Amino acid sequence: MKVLKTYPEKCISCHVCESTCSSLFFKEDNPELSCIQIHDETNPPDMNVCNQCQACVAVCPTCAITVNNQGVVMISRNLCIGCLMCVAACPTNSMRTAFGKHNPFKCIACGACVKTCPADALAVVQE
Amino acid sequence: MQRKVLAEYKYELKPIVRGYNKRTLYVNVGDKVIKEKPVTDMMIDKFVGGKGFDLYLMWHGVNDNTKWNDPENEICIAFGPLCGNTSYPGSGKSIVTTISPLTGIPVDCNVGGHFGPYTKFAGFDALELQGKADEDVIVFIDGDKGIVQILSAPDKVINSHILAEELHKEFAGSEEHLQHVSVVSSGSASDHVLITCLNFSFWDKRRKVARLKQAGRGGTGTVFRDKSIKALVVKYSGLSVDKNDPADLPTLQKTGLKLHKEIEVGDADQCRMHQVGTAHLMEIMNDYDLLPIRNFKYGQMPEAEGLHSREFTKLFTQGMADGCWYGCSLSCCKAVDNFKPRTGPYKGQPVCVDGPEYETAGGCGSNICVWDPKDVVEINFYCDTYGLDTISFGTSVAFVMECYENGILNKERTGGLELNWGNADAALELLHQMARGEGFGLTVGQGVRRMKKIFAEQFGADPKFLQDIGMEAKGLEYSQYMSKESLAQQGGYTLALKGPQHDEAWLIFMDMVNNHIPTFKDKAEALHYFPMFRTWFGLQGLCKLPWNDIEPANNAQTDEPAKVPEHVQNYVDIYKAITGKPMDKHELIRQSERVYNFQKVFCMRMGGGRRIDDIPPYRAVGPVTEEEYLSRQERYDNLMKNKIGVDPTGKSVAEKMEITRRYREDQYQQLIDAVYERKGWTPEGVPTLEHLKNIGMDLPEVLEVVKRYL
Ligand code: SF4
Ligand code: SF4
Ligand code: SF4
Repeated sequence: MKVLKTYPEKCISCHVCESTCSSLFFKEDNPELSCIQIHDETNPPDMNVCNQCQACVAVCPTCAITVNNQGVVMISRNLCIGCLMCVAACPTNSMRTAFGKHNPFKCIACGACVKTCPADALAVVQE
Repeated sequence: MQRKVLAEYKYELKPIVRGYNKRTLYVNVGDKVIKEKPVTDMMIDKFVGGKGFDLYLMWHGVNDNTKWNDPENEICIAFGPLCGNTSYPGSGKSIVTTISPLTGIPVDCNVGGHFGPYTKFAGFDALELQGKADEDVIVFIDGDKGIVQILSAPDKVINSHILAEELHKEFAGSEEHLQHVSVVSSGSASDHVLITCLNFSFWDKRRKVARLKQAGRGGTGTVFRDKSIKALVVKYSGLSVDKNDPADLPTLQKTGLKLHKEIEVGDADQCRMHQVGTAHLMEIMNDYDLLPIRNFKYGQMPEAEGLHSREFTKLFTQGMADGCWYGCSLSCCKAVDNFKPRTGPYKGQPVCVDGPEYETAGGCGSNICVWDPKDVVEINFYCDTYGLDTISFGTSVAFVMECYENGILNKERTGGLELNWGNADAALELLHQMARGEGFGLTVGQGVRRMKKIFAEQFGADPKFLQDIGMEAKGLEYSQYMSKESLAQQGGYTLALKGPQHDEAWLIFMDMVNNHIPTFKDKAEALHYFPMFRTWFGLQGLCKLPWNDIEPANNAQTDEPAKVPEHVQNYVDIYKAITGKPMDKHELIRQSERVYNFQKVFCMRMGGGRRIDDIPPYRAVGPVTEEEYLSRQERYDNLMKNKIGVDPTGKSVAEKMEITRRYREDQYQQLIDAVYERKGWTPEGVPTLEHLKNIGMDLPEVLEVVKRYL
């Protein structure tokens, strides 16, 4: 299973990963639209991102959520009707939503943020 | 399947504006007329949508003398402005109305499945069916292309579990579209008897079957088949979160997500809807002496342990997305997969059975003493596929079993069936007879009211006894709760406009267990508020369950926990978010009051709606037989002493029963007085002109009917 791994003790809370992610998927530098979330109220910060646990797969009424052959949980925008049941079902609050947008979104372990993180606090690994 | 196009209508596809299409679809299957009708601002202001539109259209489609099987009788199916949103749990309901073969007045059913929302998104706020076809037809609405057709239906099958599946496949065209089709159908019993239903389908993508939800009450299936309609089919594949054109999508999403999270956290400890659906009530009702047993004689028996919800939990496939519409995280639509019936035409064939829900487990289980959950599942399966209402079936069978016990019926009279308590084989045989149109099943399928007449006239049974034990009012069979010890619930049942169904008011715990509404005034207030609040779901196209079958964690600390104030506010918020119109908790009740009173006057127009129609059989009020009295003697004796103020010592059981009866019947009459007054009606149950004016339901056609009764 391919998964984005986080190393909070290395994270310097620069939020570059959030910019990278939201710019890539939404063409907008907006932490609200990033699949990875850095909550820096704590030390080390809380780095919230999907761990590909698949808990959301079973709740989707249109079977829009599937697991690809690398073990990554994917949402089909074609099938998704935006009910957000998957958002409530995610045990780690990593299925993300921005109110006003039609579909939820989540980390697909693409690794774009890994490349821009200046502190080596992220890695895509096989588990 | 080769189908002839008997009529075709092309319409312009237009987006919905703030929850409304502002047009309805009229289909006359007799004259083969298909047309659209505009929705006026007056209709929206006064009738809102859903049941309101149904009743408004039907009022103008029928006349004062229309009977259920007259061609002008209509089946109306409407959806409501909030219907079809995918954000808030429980938002996919259709409301079906018709002049009922059982009651002769309008009946209304709130039903899940995808037909309603898809028809709404296909472009219509309601569907109005009229006329009688001279051959079997299918009405097909293609919401992708903007075409409505009346098609010939030479299909051999009629039973829903097969027909729905075949039509899904035929009209989907390809596998990816299976979920974009929905079918309304009935079954073979609807060709022969009156206690029937309509099945509304949705395609279950994981199970790969058509699931069936029932518009259960009042014989809608019989009217459907009398019109020679074999099925309604809709196709729509453009669903997304904004299809209702909400004024404020973020608020709609936020409110829905809040409830999703509440359900995610709370359901497993509260009602376990996701695990076992409404069947979680079985042991609760038994514990509180409220589960109907032996035709509502008793509310509790040790045998009921066999129907404990844990038994159903074992039968239901767990962990599925069991919502009857997208976005319902309460997901109460449980199913038994790969069930193999042991009787009938589908014996041994694996089938998927929807439910049993509580009402079915009560009616087709405890009330007739069938204690094996698998027998209940089998009765449930055949009721659905034959198009029979499990509630009316259960209550009707309970009635004939009690008649059998009392010698009113015997083997000669039943054509050889031994209708002893608990004889599941006999109950199943009755079902198969209804489907084949033969034998004693034909009699039972007429429902309790007609059976009372038949047994008195043909078998010389005592009409008074039959009246006491026959659990119907207005011609409709009671649903499955014991109301004997809750005066408020006796009202909740018997004052319900369509007949004794619990969807207007369920006050037993409030009244009997928690004693929160002790006075007549309190009870009358509850019998005003809750029916009005619950009517609103039917105006909007919503499900009642996510209102109070899940509660916020702090609900008990609020000022009115029974109303679930936070959820009431959710409804206000999503109404505003979709329609963009102002709303608060008072206007919400007002919207309902207008339609509720319109329905009341509609009943009067059809010859019902009088005080005498609001009288329950005594079985719903107190102990009819000595064994019933003796089984709870301590309770009844204590009540006599403490409430009636009569010392029971030294009195015979017969005397005590008479005293109890006089007291209870008098209490019930006093309750009606209080409720009528609170509702703005005369002591005869007629809405006053002043009240109609106050609530804004003083339309000339309404006043014209009311004046006949004042
Ligand atoms: S979004 Fe949540 S539930 Fe879904 S795979 Fe990721 S962590 Fe698991
Ligand atoms: S929001 Fe989309 S992906 Fe999530 S459960 Fe609903 S339909 Fe499936
Ligand atoms: S609670 Fe049950 S009946 Fe109501 S909408 Fe949800 S799944 Fe359907």
